[in-house]
Amino acid sequence: MTGKPNPLFSMILGRIGLGLVSILIVSLVIFSTVSLLPGSYAAAILGQNATPEAVAAFEERLGLDQPWFWRYLQWLGSAVRGEFGLSFSGRPVIDIIGPRLVNTVLLASITAVIAVPLAVTLGIICARYRGRPIDRLISTSSLAAISFPEFFIAYVLMMILAVQLQLLPSMAGIRDGMSFGEQLYRMILPVLTLLMVILAHMVRNTRAAILSVMSSAYVEMARLKGESEDRVIMYHALPNAIGPIASVVALNLAYLIAGVVVIEVVFVYPGVGQSMIDAVRNRDVPVIQACALIFATAYIGFNLIADVISIVSNPRLLHPR
Amino acid sequence: MHDTANPEAAAPVIEIRDLWIDGKLNETWAPIVKGVSLSLRPGEVLGLVGESGAGKSTIGLAALGYLRSGARATAGSVRIDGTDLLSIPEADRRPMRGTRVAYVAQSAQAAFNPAHRLMEQITTVAVKRGGMRREEAQKRAVDLFVALQLPEPNTFGERYPHQVSGGQLQRAMVAMALICNPSLIVFDEPTTALDVTTQVEVLIAIRKVIEDFGVAAIYITHDLAVVAQIAHRVAVLRFGEIIEEGALDRILNDPRHPYTQSLWALHDMTLDKSDQHGQGGGALLSIESVSARYGDFAALTDVNLQVEKGATVALVGESGSGKSTLGRVITGLMEPSEGQILWDGKPLATKVQRRPLETLRRIQIIYQSADTALNPRTTIRKIIGRPLKLYHGLRGKAREARVTELLKMVELSEAFADRYPGQLSGGQKQRVAIARALAANPELIICDEITSSLDKVVQAEVLRMLLDLQDRLGVSYLFITHDIEVVRVIADRVVVMQNGRIVEQDDTASFFAPPHEPYTEKLLASVPDMAGGWLDAIIAQRAV
Amino acid sequence: MEKSIDLPPPRIGRFRHIVNLLRTAPRTAKFGMVIVGLYAFVAIFAPWLAPYGEAETVSRIPFDGWSSDHLLGTDRLGRDFLSRLIYGARNSISIALITTLISCTIGCMTGVFSALVGGIVDQVISRFVDAIMSVPDLIFILMVLSIFGSSIPNLIMIIALLTSTRFFRISRAAALNVGSLDFVEAARVRGEGLVWISVNEIFPNILPLILSELGMRFCFIFLSIAALSFLGVGIQPPAAEWGSMVRENAALINMGDITPLIPAAAIALLTISVNFIVDWLLNTASGLTDEN
Repeated sequence: MTGKPNPLFSMILGRIGLGLVSILIVSLVIFSTVSLLPGSYAAAILGQNATPEAVAAFEERLGLDQPWFWRYLQWLGSAVRGEFGLSFSGRPVIDIIGPRLVNTVLLASITAVIAVPLAVTLGIICARYRGRPIDRLISTSSLAAISFPEFFIAYVLMMILAVQLQLLPSMAGIRDGMSFGEQLYRMILPVLTLLMVILAHMVRNTRAAILSVMSSAYVEMARLKGESEDRVIMYHALPNAIGPIASVVALNLAYLIAGVVVIEVVFVYPGVGQSMIDAVRNRDVPVIQACALIFATAYIGFNLIADVISIVSNPRLLHPR
Repeated sequence: MHDTANPEAAAPVIEIRDLWIDGKLNETWAPIVKGVSLSLRPGEVLGLVGESGAGKSTIGLAALGYLRSGARATAGSVRIDGTDLLSIPEADRRPMRGTRVAYVAQSAQAAFNPAHRLMEQITTVAVKRGGMRREEAQKRAVDLFVALQLPEPNTFGERYPHQVSGGQLQRAMVAMALICNPSLIVFDEPTTALDVTTQVEVLIAIRKVIEDFGVAAIYITHDLAVVAQIAHRVAVLRFGEIIEEGALDRILNDPRHPYTQSLWALHDMTLDKSDQHGQGGGALLSIESVSARYGDFAALTDVNLQVEKGATVALVGESGSGKSTLGRVITGLMEPSEGQILWDGKPLATKVQRRPLETLRRIQIIYQSADTALNPRTTIRKIIGRPLKLYHGLRGKAREARVTELLKMVELSEAFADRYPGQLSGGQKQRVAIARALAANPELIICDEITSSLDKVVQAEVLRMLLDLQDRLGVSYLFITHDIEVVRVIADRVVVMQNGRIVEQDDTASFFAPPHEPYTEKLLASVPDMAGGWLDAIIAQRAV
Repeated sequence: MEKSIDLPPPRIGRFRHIVNLLRTAPRTAKFGMVIVGLYAFVAIFAPWLAPYGEAETVSRIPFDGWSSDHLLGTDRLGRDFLSRLIYGARNSISIALITTLISCTIGCMTGVFSALVGGIVDQVISRFVDAIMSVPDLIFILMVLSIFGSSIPNLIMIIALLTSTRFFRISRAAALNVGSLDFVEAARVRGEGLVWISVNEIFPNILPLILSELGMRFCFIFLSIAALSFLGVGIQPPAAEWGSMVRENAALINMGDITPLIPAAAIALLTISVNFIVDWLLNTASGLTDEN
C-alpha cells in the first residue's frame, strides 16, 4: 500500500457517522409520533371525561408540560444511559422491559448464531447446483416457508413435536429459578420455529446474491480457463459476493425481530415481545417507544456492520490505485 | 504474416465439422449456428468476420467445448487434437481449457476477477493443471509481460485489475491465455472495447506473440480492417453460416459473395463532393468559448465551433474527448460554465426547460443506440406522431398522412406504423429515429454516433439517405463520431477534439491531406486500413 | 442487402401474446393462478357460500367437533367455523388488497416523481424513507397502533404508508434506470413536461417490475395483518379474520385438534400461490429462466 492515507478508514468512519445520524433521525421520528396523538396526550390516556385538574396533574407527572424539544433531549439523554422514564402505568419502563429484553436477546442470538452460517452454506449449495434437484428442493421449500405465517409454522411444529410426539414442552415459560440447561431445553421449539422463518429468507437472498455474481464475465472466464465448478464458486464468485451477502443477512434480521414477537406470544415466552403487545393494548406509549428505539438501534447497527464488511471486502477500496 | 511456414503439412489443431447450435429465445429453440465447418493448422490464424448476431462468439466458445446457458449443440463435432469435445463429458473437457485451447475475452476489465491479483489469475491454470511449479509459472508470466511490452514486468503481476489501464489489461489477458503454451487461442473481439490509439498497441502485441509462440488462433471481429492485419485466412459469417472462406488476399481483393462485397460498402462509398454545402449559408449555430465541467473535471475547455446552414460538420474524437458533452451542451441538457451558444445570431437559453418550444423544434437529436432511443412500449405511429402533435398541432387524418409520408422519406413502408420497436432490426429502428427527428422539421440535427452500432451495409444506406434528405430539406448535421471512414463520406468540415479541447478544424479535403496536427496524425495513423500490410508498415516504421 | 426493409414483421395481437404467455407458464404458476381465482371467488360470493352468518351464534356448544351441521365444528362462542372461514377470506383479502393498492399508488407516484425531479428534493425524500425503513415494520406498526388504537382504517393507513417506502424504493430505482435511457432524454429535449414523461415514457416500462412487487407486497401485507390480528392488535372481533381465528381457538391445538390450523393453512396457501405467480413474472420479466 502506498503512503497516501487509505480511503478505507475515512469511508468506514463516514458509515459510522451516517449510522449515528440515522439513529438520531429515527429517534426523532419515534419521539414525534407521540405528538401526532389527536387531542391532548393525557386526555387520550385518561379518557374524554377526565377533569382538567387530573389532566394537568398527569401531564406534570410525566413532564408533558415542558417544551417538546426539551422533552426530546431529556428522553434521548436518559435513553443513552439506559433509562426510558416512566410508563403510563407508573412503573419505570426499564423495569418492565429490562429482564424480558435479556430473554429476547438470548432467543434471537441463539437463532442468529445457527441461522447465519447455515443460510450462507445452503445458499452456496443452491448456487453451486443451480437448477439441479437439490436447488429446486431448497428453493421451492424456502419459497413456501416465506409464505407461511410465523404462527402457522409455530403451531405445526408444536402439534408434531410437542403434542403428537411429546418430545418437547409446548410452552417455553422459562423462569429465573430454572437451570440454564432447562431453559435451553424449553427454548428449542421457539428457536426451531424462528430458524425456519428466517432461514428461508436468508437462503433465498444469499442464493440470489451469489447468482448475480455468477453471471459476471470473470466467472465465465474462470470456466473458460477450465476451473472446476467448486473453485468457480469458492474462489471466483464468493470473494466478490461477501458484501452483498453481508447486507442481505443484515436486512433479514428484521424478520427475526418481527418473528420474535409472534413466536413469544405463541410459546408464552417471557420476552419483550409480550410486553409490547400488552403495551399496545393498554396504549402505553413510552414502553413502545423504548422498544422501538432499542430494536431500531440494533437493526441500524447490524446494517452498519454489513456496510463495513462490504467496504473491507472490496478490493478496489482495499487496494487503491 | 502471409508467409507462414507451410501449414499444410501438419495435422489440424482444431477441426469443427458441420456444427449446429440452437439458441433459446422466448422459450423456443432456434438454430443460431447452422452447419459450420472450420479447421486450423498449427500456427495458422483464421479471421472470423461477421456482424453482431452472426454467431461468431458462439462458435468461438464452442471451440473450447463451451456453450453459454440458453445454447445447445444439436449436431456436429469439435475436435481438438482428434478428441471430439462435444461427445465427452464436461469433466473431461474442462482440463483441456486453458491448457490446449485458451480464450481472450472482449472486455478484459470485466473478465478479470476484481478480487485477486493479476499474477494469481494468470498463473493459476499453469500451476493447477499445466504441471508447472509456482515460481516457474511466475517466471514465465514475467517473460510474457516482457514480450507483450507491459510496463514494469517484474512487479506488474502484483497489481489488482482495477489498478491497470484497459489496454494493459487486455495484454495481460493475452499473457493469461499463453501461460500454458496452448496450441490454439480464441480471440473474441479483443480490441473492440478500446480506443483506436490503444487498439494499435494491443494489435501489435497480439501479432507479435502469435508469431513468436507459433500458436494457432481464431480471431473473431466485426472489423475487416483489423482482420486484414492479423489473419492468414478469413471466414465470413452471416446468420450462423459461413458464406465465404478463403485466403486473406483473395477475400480482400476478390470478394465473391455479395454480402462480403457489401462489407466494403462504406469504404467504397464516394460522393460527389462538387457541391460543397453551406458555403454561403451563414452560421446557423455558433458556439463561442464554451467550457463545461463535471464537478472538478473540465469536460470542455474554450470550445469555438460553427455549423452553417445546410452543412455537415463532423465532430471527431476518442471516448472521453468531450464530443458527446458538447452535444449535451448544445441540446441544453448540460449547462456550460462559461461561454454562450448563438442560434441564428441570438443567444440560446442554456437550460432545455427555458427554451421555447419553437427553438426546441429546430434542434433535434438522433442517438447512437436506437434500442434505447425508442420507447419499447410505444408503437412507431405514436413515436413519430408525437412531435407532429407537440410542435405542429397535427391531429387525426392529417397526422396519419404525415406519419406515412415520413416513413416513406426514411424508406419504410406504411405498415411499420403499427409495429413496436422490438420487432424491428437495428437499421429499421435507426430509420424510425431519423423519421422522428424529421417530424419536427428541424434545421439542425445532432447525430450522436448514429451509425456505430449498425452493420456496415446498413451504415452506408443510412448515410446515403441522410445526404439525400439534406439535399431535399436543407437541414444541417452535427455529426458526432469516432469513425474516420464515416467522416470521409459525409462531412463538409471536420472538427477534432481531444481532452475537451478542439485541436483542429478544417475542410474535409484539407483534413485528410497532410500536413496534420500531431494528434490528428496519430488518430489517422491508428485507424486500420482495409488493405493488409498496414500494421506491418507501422511496426517497420517503429523499428527504424 | 437488408431485404426486410420493405417487409415489416408480422403483427402479434396482444390477446394472443397473453394466451401464449399463460400457456408457457410453469406448473407452479398455473397452480397459483387457479388457487388465487378460487380465493377470489370465495371472497366475492361469501354470503352465498357460507352456510351461516359471520358472527351468528348457531350452537350452544363451544368448540363443537366436526359434524354434518357444522362441517368444521364451532368456535369458542358457538359460531360456525366454516362460515367464519369463508367470511374471513372476504375480510382478510379485501383489507390486504386495499392496503396494497393504496401503498402502491403513494409509493410509485412519489418514487417516479422523486427520480425525475432529482436534486435536493430527491435527497430529502430518500433520506426520510431510509430513516423510516431502518425501523423494522412490525415495531413501527405496533408503535403507531398504540398511539391511535387498533381500527381497520388505522391499520390500513399505517401499513400502507410503511409499505409505500418499498414501492418508493423500487419505483425510484426503476425510474432512474429508465430515465437514463435515451428515449427519456429525447423527450426532455423535445420539450415534454414531467407528467407526460412519467405517464408515457416511464410508467409503461416499469410496470412489469411494479406488478411483481405488488404481488410480493400483497403477501407481506396479508401476512402482517394476519400476524397483528393473531397478536390481538389487528382486526378486532367480531369480524372474522384468519389470524385472529387461529388465536381464538389456539387452545384446541394442545388437545391435538387441527381445526385452528385451517385458517393458518388458508393464509399459507394463498401467499404461496401469489409468490409462485410473482416468481414466474419476475423470471419472464428479467428474461431469466433456470436451465434444466
